[in-house]
Amino acid sequence: MSARDYPLQLDGADVPMVRFANVTKRYGTLTVLDALDLDISANEMVSIIGPSGSGKTTVLRMLMTLEEIDDGVIYVDGTPLTHMAQDGRLVRANAAHMRKQRSNIGMVFQHFNLFPHMTALENCMEAPVQVLGLTKDEAKARSLELLAMVGLADKKDQHPSRLSGGQQQRVAIARALAMRPKVMLLDEVTSALDPEVIGEVLNVIRQLNSEHNLTMLMVTHQMGFAKEISDRVCLFYDGKIEEQGPPQEIFGSPKKERTQQFLSAVLEAG
Amino acid sequence: MSYGDFLAVHGTRFLSGAIITAEQTVLAAVLAVAIALVMGLMRLSGNVLIRGVSTVYIEIFRGTSLLVQLYWIFFVLPLFGIPLEKFTAGFAAVGMNLGAYGAEVVRGAIQSVPRGQYEAALALNMSPATRMRRIILPQALLIMLPPWGNLMIELLKGTALVSLISVADLMFEAKQINATTFLSIQAFGTALVIYYVMARFLITPFMRWLEVFMARKMGRA
Amino acid sequence: MFDWRWDFAFEIMPRLLWATLNTLLAAGIGYGIALVLGLVFALAQRTRFASLTFIVRELVEFIRSTPLVLQIFFVFYVGPQFGIRLSPWTSGMIAIGLHYAAYLSEVYRAGIESVPRGQWEACWALNLSAGRTYFRIIIPQALPASLPGMGNYMVGIFKDTPMLSVIGVTELMHTANALGSETYRFLEPYTLVGVIFLAISLPTAAGLRWFEAWVRRSLGMGR
Repeated sequence: MSARDYPLQLDGADVPMVRFANVTKRYGTLTVLDALDLDISANEMVSIIGPSGSGKTTVLRMLMTLEEIDDGVIYVDGTPLTHMAQDGRLVRANAAHMRKQRSNIGMVFQHFNLFPHMTALENCMEAPVQVLGLTKDEAKARSLELLAMVGLADKKDQHPSRLSGGQQQRVAIARALAMRPKVMLLDEVTSALDPEVIGEVLNVIRQLNSEHNLTMLMVTHQMGFAKEISDRVCLFYDGKIEEQGPPQEIFGSPKKERTQQFLSAVLEAG
Repeated sequence: MSYGDFLAVHGTRFLSGAIITAEQTVLAAVLAVAIALVMGLMRLSGNVLIRGVSTVYIEIFRGTSLLVQLYWIFFVLPLFGIPLEKFTAGFAAVGMNLGAYGAEVVRGAIQSVPRGQYEAALALNMSPATRMRRIILPQALLIMLPPWGNLMIELLKGTALVSLISVADLMFEAKQINATTFLSIQAFGTALVIYYVMARFLITPFMRWLEVFMARKMGRA
Repeated sequence: MFDWRWDFAFEIMPRLLWATLNTLLAAGIGYGIALVLGLVFALAQRTRFASLTFIVRELVEFIRSTPLVLQIFFVFYVGPQFGIRLSPWTSGMIAIGLHYAAYLSEVYRAGIESVPRGQWEACWALNLSAGRTYFRIIIPQALPASLPGMGNYMVGIFKDTPMLSVIGVTELMHTANALGSETYRFLEPYTLVGVIFLAISLPTAAGLRWFEAWVRRSLGMGR
């Protein structure tokens, strides 16, 4: 089915917030994502686990349009992200269309990627002012609220170089939230942190999950956390979903052999 | 005559020459920075034509010598209907020449900004223009300052060539004094020392100060 | 281009090409002097005589911070003040050689400093003489790091030869000036000089990049 034959819009009662329809991504001869079909419902918290090279991060990066799609279509809230409607068919989206759709998605990176030349507050204010057109005061109010929520109100005038990794990551979360996305992508957000600060970041994510209307997609190695907080866990292997289901099922009674192998290897290491 | 007497007699000429040299340097510097920013950014464009224009400019001005460019601008451009007064031709040539080297410095600095910054800006849905203006360029500016320090000294040295189209700069005055007094060591030696002082005790400290100032402004110091 | 006369251009080419050879010769000799003298400057800053290091360091800084064209005048005119008459060629070579020796000494220094400390310690442990240490162990490893700088200055020296025209050396620029004064036509001489410079410097720069990669490969130091 070529992209032209996909629906222009997803309608109906149960429209998923995110849909990967037959998505393929290749790097040269290497197929990183292989005809992926994945639906994520509104307000669902989905964890993606799996061995490295299984395509987990690529899923997030493609949703954030950091990578280009090779085959298939990605929908966000019913509207295509990677493609757009033209003459009744779907064609590859141009930059303007992607920018419009991208506003629904926010991302927190493994290495934080805070803007070093701005304070924590300025980091949070920057995009609302420049992209959403908020006034400085509006952006400041929103940012202060978010910084308070992640517990860093007192660090608002500090530059990233003066903050610990855990603090930087919390600012990064506040920064992403300031854009009021519908979908939050968390790409191994604790992997670059010292063990003692991982907890503070996980707490913030817990808070996000319980208090906000957010659809969340999280790639993580923190199995305990994934088990505790997710609505659904997907195990990726070789660019495909090997197994998915509620955390109790995946962690408690995995059906597939590769799932069992992966989990036992991880448990041994952890 | 002693060196003291020599300076007493010719000091004002050296001074007026040094002032012209300073003017040439500052004007050429402003031009060079402007050209470097424009050409450096153009060099990174996705558009083949834009990239091509800047590449051609950079290669021509880096591949030929400043003296040749100076003569061409002063003697040949008038034939194309662009007559330039010698003072203008002087700093224009130096500025355009060093702008080409500066463009490569700008380009290198922009490309040194970590990829994660681009990705974070994209994730926040910034347009490419906003991203370059607010996120990438400020960080690149800090990275490019040390190489620019070297370029500024090359710029100062380059202005000495404008004496060859009779602009009354420091070098020109030194030659004049040498022609009338035949005291070459004093004449050229003094000029050398003045250039050295300008480079080591004016330009270098200024650039260092600029580096500290920018770093502090960007919360890095 | 308005008023470009191809017949005149072809007429002056032979003289310009002859001057090009002169230019290349001047650049080559100057560079040769600079290569050796630069190493002397670099090594002189690594002796245990602090005063020597200081003097050489200040000299190198002075030369690098002042215009080459002024240094050329200085060398050319200073001789006669002491009764020594230096020919334009000789003074030009001395001035350019000194100037680029100063630049190259910095390149060498950076290259030498990039060699890991452990190499020096191994030489010390093996009781190698200073000479052997430098010439058989350190400098061969300093070479790949130094090559880009050395290459840049090779092209740079070539482009700086026009400055020799100011003391009458018959290189390209001087010849173009002469042609211009003789015929009152500057367009063709200056443009052709520019073209000749480009025709030599661009391929040379490309060739140097290739050469650097080749040296890195053959010395077994990937990257």
